[in-house]
Amino acid sequence: MTAHHDAVVVGAGIVGAACAEALSRSGMSVLVLDASFAGSGTTAAGMGHLVVMDDSPAQLALTAYSGRLWAALAPELPRNVEHEACGTLWVAEDDEQLEAVRAKQGVYADAGVATEILSPAQLAEAEPHLRPGLAGALLVRGDAVIYPPNGARALLKRAITNGATLREGVRVNAIGAREVIAGNERISCDCVINAAGALVPELTPGIPIVPRKGHLVITDRYPGFCRHQLVELGYLTSAHTMTTESVAFNVQPRATGQMLIGSSRELVGWDGSINRSIVRRMLDRALDFMPGLALASAIRTWTGFRPTTPDKLPLIGSWDEMPGLWIAAGHEGLGITTSVGTGQLLADLITGRAPAIDPAPFAPSRVLAGVGAH
Amino acid sequence: MAINGAAAELNIVVDDQRIRVAAGTTVAAALFNLGTEAFRRSVSGEARGPVCGMGVCFECRVTIDSRPHQRACLIAVADGMHIRTATEA
Repeated sequence: MTAHHDAVVVGAGIVGAACAEALSRSGMSVLVLDASFAGSGTTAAGMGHLVVMDDSPAQLALTAYSGRLWAALAPELPRNVEHEACGTLWVAEDDEQLEAVRAKQGVYADAGVATEILSPAQLAEAEPHLRPGLAGALLVRGDAVIYPPNGARALLKRAITNGATLREGVRVNAIGAREVIAGNERISCDCVINAAGALVPELTPGIPIVPRKGHLVITDRYPGFCRHQLVELGYLTSAHTMTTESVAFNVQPRATGQMLIGSSRELVGWDGSINRSIVRRMLDRALDFMPGLALASAIRTWTGFRPTTPDKLPLIGSWDEMPGLWIAAGHEGLGITTSVGTGQLLADLITGRAPAIDPAPFAPSRVLAGVGAH
Repeated sequence: MAINGAAAELNIVVDDQRIRVAAGTTVAAALFNLGTEAFRRSVSGEARGPVCGMGVCFECRVTIDSRPHQRACLIAVADGMHIRTATEA
């Protein structure tokens, strides 16, 4: 007989870790279960870009809120989380994109996020290896990068300090009403948080989350070659159009001097093999913006699966089909950023506090009504 | 190496030091002859040098003519070559 817990979190990815941290900080007794080990799934495959994004007002609210929470947490994070306040440069290729940069600046300002517009000369000075002739960029200084698996572990460590228990290598077979079944164990609790990412539907049928594959390439060390997270302005088009295949220029400097090169998106189920043709397209896109990257050695390529919802917003809140069940999943490519906002929002909803942001757009029940599915 | 035993010599520059080495010498051998201990530095700053001597271990990487991460054990010295050791990269 396992002891009763106030909350059982299923999945110790960064979202589950952040939920455990926020719930345990609220005084709840929390058990975290992971079929493998903490941060080993989608969390380990991601870039770790803490980024404010504005595809929708709800996405902007959640990413900006999460950005503030990360900034407050940053001084307390262990060194191995590799938190680097490098900022993001949204790179505009032409005057039309520069117009979009100006519009983006206004949208960010309304959300309380400070930005600066860089002229072509300022951009060339900030990032000398970008190709000449670009139109400019939007600099978001508050954005940062972390090493996600250690970010998840740091959040779990805080949860454990608050009294939470982490059990790794425990596969949950079923989620029932106020209970979790794992092998021969039946664990009773007041609430279950399904934070199993793209695996959520296996335990909670009816949740429309699908895996969206991505590739990343990491280079050898070239310290100083790039200084900011670089993203093409067209990234949103790539990220939020549910075409079968897309690539975008996305390069990130790591604390080691290495560079992470992304990004790709494919809907191919759970096939994790390397797709050489899309890696080629992804690298060609990167070389188009940074020709000097051609001299860099790529030392490893891997894939991962983003948990994707039909309306590209995560599901955060109660799942009324099952008493005591809450969902915190479906963060697509923004889970590292939005993990901390998700954890806080969920803990506020569970404990009946007023959340800092409107939870309505994230309510899991919207998928039952088909609202927002487009 | 010439038949009569006198090796042809080339000029190279290792970390701003000009030296003469026999043609046909690998960069790794030239650095060993100089007494170089840190061909490169690991992420945590440890000194690293050749282990395998055949291009597999990647521990002997140096910067050659401004190009980082070149395997010293696989490359022969060339006249006028500039080699930088113990760099972060």
